[in-house]
Amino acid sequence: MSATPTPADEIAIRMAGINKWYGGYHALRDVNLEVRRGERIVICGPSGSGKSTLIRAINQLEAVQEGQIVVDGIELTAGGHNVDEVRRDVGMVFQQFNLFPHLTILQNCVLAPMKVRGTPRAEAEATARRYLERVRIPEQADKYPAQLSGGQQQRVAIARALCMNPRIMLFDEPTSALDPEMVKEVLDTMIDLAGEGMTMICVTHEMGFARAVADRVIFMDQGQIIEEAAPDTFFDAPRHERTRAFLQQIH
Amino acid sequence: MIRPFGLSDILLIAEAIRWTLALSAIAFAGGAIGGLAIALARTADARWLRTLAMLFIRLFQGTPLLMQLFLAFFGMNILGLAINPWLAASLALTLHASAFLGEIWRGSIEAVPSGQREAATALGLRYYDRMTSVILPQAARISVAPTVGFLVQLIKGTSLASIIGFTELTRTGQIVNNATFAPFAVFGTVAAFYFLLCWPLSLMARRMETRFARATTR
Repeated sequence: MSATPTPADEIAIRMAGINKWYGGYHALRDVNLEVRRGERIVICGPSGSGKSTLIRAINQLEAVQEGQIVVDGIELTAGGHNVDEVRRDVGMVFQQFNLFPHLTILQNCVLAPMKVRGTPRAEAEATARRYLERVRIPEQADKYPAQLSGGQQQRVAIARALCMNPRIMLFDEPTSALDPEMVKEVLDTMIDLAGEGMTMICVTHEMGFARAVADRVIFMDQGQIIEEAAPDTFFDAPRHERTRAFLQQIH
Repeated sequence: MIRPFGLSDILLIAEAIRWTLALSAIAFAGGAIGGLAIALARTADARWLRTLAMLFIRLFQGTPLLMQLFLAFFGMNILGLAINPWLAASLALTLHASAFLGEIWRGSIEAVPSGQREAATALGLRYYDRMTSVILPQAARISVAPTVGFLVQLIKGTSLASIIGFTELTRTGQIVNNATFAPFAVFGTVAAFYFLLCWPLSLMARRMETRFARATTR
């Protein structure tokens, strides 16, 4: 990283001194993380390392007990209505897709823009069709999620998040629940998105994706950030023993 | 004076079906409103709401319906209101149905995968939109069969209102029996009418259950 401090308006997310406990279990330990606008970050680590908990704290799907979280200049201090503002600007894609099964693909995509932003239906549908086109499944708009393959569903989930015009996208193991032959189509969609300058944080073990797209790779273990580096340095010359052990396991 | 049990008696009993249906409808409509409130309170974030709803459910599930009817009936007297079997029976059955439907619908809401709530929340949907657009439509599909099943219980339960003097199907049977003294024929007829009301509903509940099972395994 550069020696000159990043100007405040260039920071998309700042997390400082984050601690979280589930009962007696210390899930996040003194985590500090700064994400610049347009930056693409990949977080990896063994299961239970706190990586999902960390990104779920950014849109407050998980509350943390200690620390400061600032997203897009909005501070998420416990309670308060600013969490709604943040959620509108932060899109999230889940491991299990979590499409709404009782709604068609198009209805999935227009629900939040209409209910949260008050976008008129015609405009919301036009936007939705544009994004469905971008994730290359415009012809599925009137089907239900159960009629689509896993890879298609995950691409719809990405389109659904994009329909809210988010400034930041969070991906929580987006390819872990997919059959191997469908991983590529989802990763390609994410690579396209990265190419357009979206600020992205991805929890993933797809190391090819990390090399191709990430500005920084972060390794977490036991609730702590152990190591962070540019992908080439991270993969070719990891500094920490635990990082090396982890990389050996997944390669 | 004892008269023989005949067609006119059967017609008299048949006419009383409407009061059984009316009381069931009132209890079901009231119970639907109360039950939705109980189910939402039971799944709320606020702990005191959850506890309050749980106590309500425990209270009405843990006491006999007959006692609830007595308490509503005699309670009105203590409060200085005129004794009114319609009001007492409607009140007691509504509270009873609220507790049971509340519990059924709580289970249905909780059966919707937690990822649905998370995805809706992450999209910025607030509680009202999250419930009305995402959670409740899915919970409703899960709850249809057990709800119809409870409606059958409720229809049969209205027979207890006869004891506080509400003249529905069972009470009419008692009145006819007092005049004809043909208890087996009279109550056999009454039972047959209950069966005709409840059986189609039971069939419907079972069919909806299999249809739902098929829809979810797809």
